[in-house]
Amino acid sequence: GLGRWADADAATAGESLYDVPRFGNVSLLHMTDCHAQLLPVYFREPSVNLGIGSMSGQPPHLVGEALLKAANVPRGSAPAYALTYLDFEAAARRFGKVGGFAHLATLVQRLKATRPGALLLDGGDTWQGSATALWTKGQDMVDAAKLLGVDVMTGHWEFTLGMDRVKEVVDKDFAGKVDFIAQNVKTADFGDPVFPPYVIRQINGVPTAIIGQAFPYTPIANPRYFVADWTFGIQEDNLQKMVDEVRGKGAQAVVLLSHNGMDVDLKLASRVRGIDAILGGHTHDGMPVASIVRNAGGQTVVTNAGSNGKFLGVLDLDVRGGKVQDFRYKLLPVLSDLLPADAPMQALIDRVRAPYAAKLAEQLAVTEGTLYRRGNFNGTGDQLILDALMDVQGAEIAFSPGFRWGTSLLAGQPITREWLMDMTATTYSFATVTQMTGENLKTVLEDVCDNLFNADPYYQQGGDMVRVGGMQYTCDPRAAMGSRIRDMRLGGKPIEASRVYKVAGWAPVAEEARTAQGAKPVWDVVETWLQARGGKVTARQPNVPKLVGVLPNPGVAA
Amino acid sequence: MADPMRIRAQAQGDKALVRVLMSHEMETGQRKDAAGKVIPAWHITEVAAALNGKPVLAAEWGPAVAKNPFLQFTLKGAKAGDKVAITWKDNHGDTRTDEATIS
Amino acid sequence: PTLARASWTKSAFDARSIADAVKAYGAGAAPAESKDVTLTAPDIAENGAVVPMGVATTLPNVKHLLLLVEKNPSALVAKFDVSDAVEANFLTRAKMGQSSDVYAVAITADGKALFAKKEVKVTLGGCGG
Ligand SMILES: [Mn+2]
Ligand SMILES: [Mn+2]
Repeated sequence: GLGRWADADAATAGESLYDVPRFGNVSLLHMTDCHAQLLPVYFREPSVNLGIGSMSGQPPHLVGEALLKAANVPRGSAPAYALTYLDFEAAARRFGKVGGFAHLATLVQRLKATRPGALLLDGGDTWQGSATALWTKGQDMVDAAKLLGVDVMTGHWEFTLGMDRVKEVVDKDFAGKVDFIAQNVKTADFGDPVFPPYVIRQINGVPTAIIGQAFPYTPIANPRYFVADWTFGIQEDNLQKMVDEVRGKGAQAVVLLSHNGMDVDLKLASRVRGIDAILGGHTHDGMPVASIVRNAGGQTVVTNAGSNGKFLGVLDLDVRGGKVQDFRYKLLPVLSDLLPADAPMQALIDRVRAPYAAKLAEQLAVTEGTLYRRGNFNGTGDQLILDALMDVQGAEIAFSPGFRWGTSLLAGQPITREWLMDMTATTYSFATVTQMTGENLKTVLEDVCDNLFNADPYYQQGGDMVRVGGMQYTCDPRAAMGSRIRDMRLGGKPIEASRVYKVAGWAPVAEEARTAQGAKPVWDVVETWLQARGGKVTARQPNVPKLVGVLPNPGVAA
Repeated sequence: MADPMRIRAQAQGDKALVRVLMSHEMETGQRKDAAGKVIPAWHITEVAAALNGKPVLAAEWGPAVAKNPFLQFTLKGAKAGDKVAITWKDNHGDTRTDEATIS
Repeated sequence: PTLARASWTKSAFDARSIADAVKAYGAGAAPAESKDVTLTAPDIAENGAVVPMGVATTLPNVKHLLLLVEKNPSALVAKFDVSDAVEANFLTRAKMGQSSDVYAVAITADGKALFAKKEVKVTLGGCGG
């Protein structure tokens, strides 16, 4: 059933949903990974989010019913729609779109009204993910974040605009308004800090430190040439030093604004002392319940606030006697039907979109099936891209990167240029066609698989598995690096190690691929394919590997 | 003649943290050129440091040290105003010495 | 400073294995793992051509500190001589062709070799949340 919201009208549901009683004296509002989605969107959560080793069955590796059970949320409710893939089409039609900066702005204002002194923290991945962010070099998002009232920020995809652009925004647009912090970004020569490592703010008389943790694997997950003069890394020792330093300066509450990804945050919380809470992002896990991790210094609360503007985390701390005594955490879904648009924010959004509106709205086809990306192995949206890459370029096999951003479309919705850009807009989205041996194919799959399923979170990069078109394979996530990928087949026949295959892909991280002759943006290739569909695209069947050794699993839809 | 080193030497109590960036190709001898010919190894083999003229550190390096090598070490009993000199020698017999004052 | 008394130990840098490289600097017994030796290295290399790594020890009577990459064509990266005038703590940056265990080794005056090791992953990269 639809649970207790079934008969409630929108306004009542909204009030109940967003009426969060104030607690304590220090409040932090946390948004992360909005991926430049200024407007409300649909976003289907994953049905596959496997945890390996000690992470198996633990948050955030819970999907569907298992997640609802852990959060004590009834199926069919508005929160269940936000948190899971369950009944996605029906729930989306019932509860409407999620996110949108104008609606988020209204929610932020309501919470700030009940929580004097509350800070708004942005975990990053804010300046990338849409056509307008790409075409304005992130300026639309920079302006929107300022209007939204972001106080402190760290980053990841921001860096793919290049070092100069990041510095320009931080030094000019953000000066005196938004603190961009990162304890783990240093110059590549002598290791000097590139950004301030932390800020200390007085909140209702409580000195509160926010330490920044940018995505540690930026130069690996994204092209290194964008950040050639900087180094990243988790930098646990330096983080401990920073925690001790802010405590020494009198901070009574210490919060890490992190873009590590949740598994990394959980491990980090067990090893670093003195952090009261880690407000995390990058892995796009909308976790309704905070995890509590014990460590030598006491305990650390770890949260992750989803993606695409869909959630706002609210952390209330009770700080007395110089330390955090207790906390409350709430992950609020941003349901745009229940939150009226804030007029000034809507005006800004309309203004920045105006020059591009017609181009964005152009309809390329109608989708007959749901299109989504999230999930460890594949989604229908990526399948569409894979099919397009293979068809248009005559490739036998295609790879699509395991990005976790990208929005969803319901069956019957138009595929607009805007959606295509939401799925593909990066500063290095070149389409590639390469000749690869069977051996190379296996090496690539093993490498990415280890980045996802290494039993030690510090060896993970927080993306999903590369999506594979044309070729079938079996995956044993528990196996060691080099032996997870088995039984690779093309058209039923085993892949031969020494044979050469024609493989399409996009978003290469190697510098050579950037200047490769005739490298077209991937959206041109996909658009060519969409235009040839005669107006409609049939439902896509995602090509996924056969999983062994891990089923059944609370991280995989039954 | 190779480019000068960049040396930072900072006093920290009764110690000094010394960081050095050298300018050198550090060719491994493992790579091949476009014609398939092995590019001969060319790398720093020895490094030495002195504090006010007195030897304090000797090191041997192989071709696996990264291009434009970095070295960090901590001097005991050093203070602001003291002079740190670094010398390297490579397998071609080239050598270079640079000096910095501890600040 | 004078390099006069220094010389390059070719046999150490030609050695394929950790054990052989360590032997070239006078270690008698096989290297043993020790918590008194510290290796600093990243979990994943940001750039296989420039991997920061450091060796340090609190042990007394240490003569040499070594950094080695097991799967490099020659394992030894660098050898530092410890003197009374410097801390037994050195950092440099190394090349790594592939994922490998990295070793920090301390060789004592009486020929013992003690080590710490860590896997450093060199990956093709790509993807991300
Ligand atoms: Mn990210
Ligand atoms: Mn993200």
